[in-house]
Amino acid sequence: MSLWEYANPVKFMRTSRALLPWFWGLTLVSLAVGLVWGFFLTPEAENFGSTVKIIYVHVPSALMAINAWLMMLVTSLIWLIRRHHVSALAARAAAPIGLTMTVIALITGAIWGEPMWGTYWAWDPRLTSFLILFLFYLGYIALWEAIENPDAAADLTSVLCLVGSVFAILSRYAVNFWNQGLHQGATMSLDKEENIANVYWLPLVITMVAFGLLFVTLVLVRTRTEIRARRIKALIARERMG
Amino acid sequence: MIALLLRDLNLAVRAGGGFGLALAFFLIVVVLVPFGVGPDSAILSAIAPGILWVGALLACLLSLDRIFALDHEDGSLDLLATAPIPLEGVVAMKAAAHWVTTGLPLTLAAPGLGMLLSLEPDAFGWQMLSLALGTPALSMIGTFGAALTVGLKRGGLLLSLLVLPLYVPTLIFGAELVARGADGMATATPLMMLAAITLATVALLPFAAAAAIRINLR
Repeated sequence: MSLWEYANPVKFMRTSRALLPWFWGLTLVSLAVGLVWGFFLTPEAENFGSTVKIIYVHVPSALMAINAWLMMLVTSLIWLIRRHHVSALAARAAAPIGLTMTVIALITGAIWGEPMWGTYWAWDPRLTSFLILFLFYLGYIALWEAIENPDAAADLTSVLCLVGSVFAILSRYAVNFWNQGLHQGATMSLDKEENIANVYWLPLVITMVAFGLLFVTLVLVRTRTEIRARRIKALIARERMG
Repeated sequence: MIALLLRDLNLAVRAGGGFGLALAFFLIVVVLVPFGVGPDSAILSAIAPGILWVGALLACLLSLDRIFALDHEDGSLDLLATAPIPLEGVVAMKAAAHWVTTGLPLTLAAPGLGMLLSLEPDAFGWQMLSLALGTPALSMIGTFGAALTVGLKRGGLLLSLLVLPLYVPTLIFGAELVARGADGMATATPLMMLAAITLATVALLPFAAAAAIRINLR
């Protein structure tokens, strides 16, 4: 019994079918708890007014936007090294979700930035790196769509993901060097004393967990769809031959 | 490998290839910018380093899909892939040929075009230095993008979408180097970063590009 058994599509389909209702349930419950708590049951912050509540969408979506790319990087590596198709399809499934999370983070950030900084957009390092991340997602998805041979597409997008990751990190530091920021630094971390106030901390952690679960759920659903699409293609091909 | 480089250069020069084209494109971009932002020389000299860099980048982009497309069409890419020299070397030579036909002329033309944009005289040297250092990275990254899209019929637009985000760090450090040099500030950091990007891409990306070509020829 090893982890790699789940790389078998049949096994993956069976396991994910059993797990999905649980993931959906947990996602919806934690989303509901986190967002309702965050939106209605926390006080308004001193300098922010009610705009502080955007944090419950903004921070988790930004977190998942980055983690989605990390997940794609890991699954791409697994595909390149061990050639498990489920892995490549999971990377493909994750990309549009990551793209959506990036857009959500950018838009909520713009809505939050207008009352706070007086502008929807500034060429701040964090904002700029997210815009660049958005472009990386676009290119990755476009490459998947453009190549017909599924194995070649998986290989090429994996190579792009690896090279892109290096350049994404490089861009992050280059952008830091290029301009000073408006965006505040991290106010949550495991090793720091000064975290944000406790009233906001707990619901924020819950929404972060909820977005993580939402991401896993959506990736499972989309991977199942990709596997089914692949099967249909194989069936049609067989039909034509016979 | 030298023979391959010479062959590519010959093709570029003789067969109406991209040799003069990139340069002409660069010229047009530089001429169009003052029409767009107005002839005020203070504004122009402030944005000149950035315009020259963006112009060089776009001119570079223009000729990327030619790197492998023609060889792929007439089958010589398959021969090169099975030739005794490593495919990584082929890719590196392709990138070198691309640089000689685009990056190098652009670098040499930069001072003349900088004059049109009222670039400060102090910045001329920095502009040439930063382009000379940075354009090899542009060619190498572009070759990787071209390798990814080599089998595609209409890969041109996709190629731009793939390559442009990868150009961000080079552009930032290149333009920053000129801006700092012109202002007389410390230039060591962008200079070293730009050189590091170029060296690292030239050292590592041939492997990624060769892998992509192998996948595409499979």
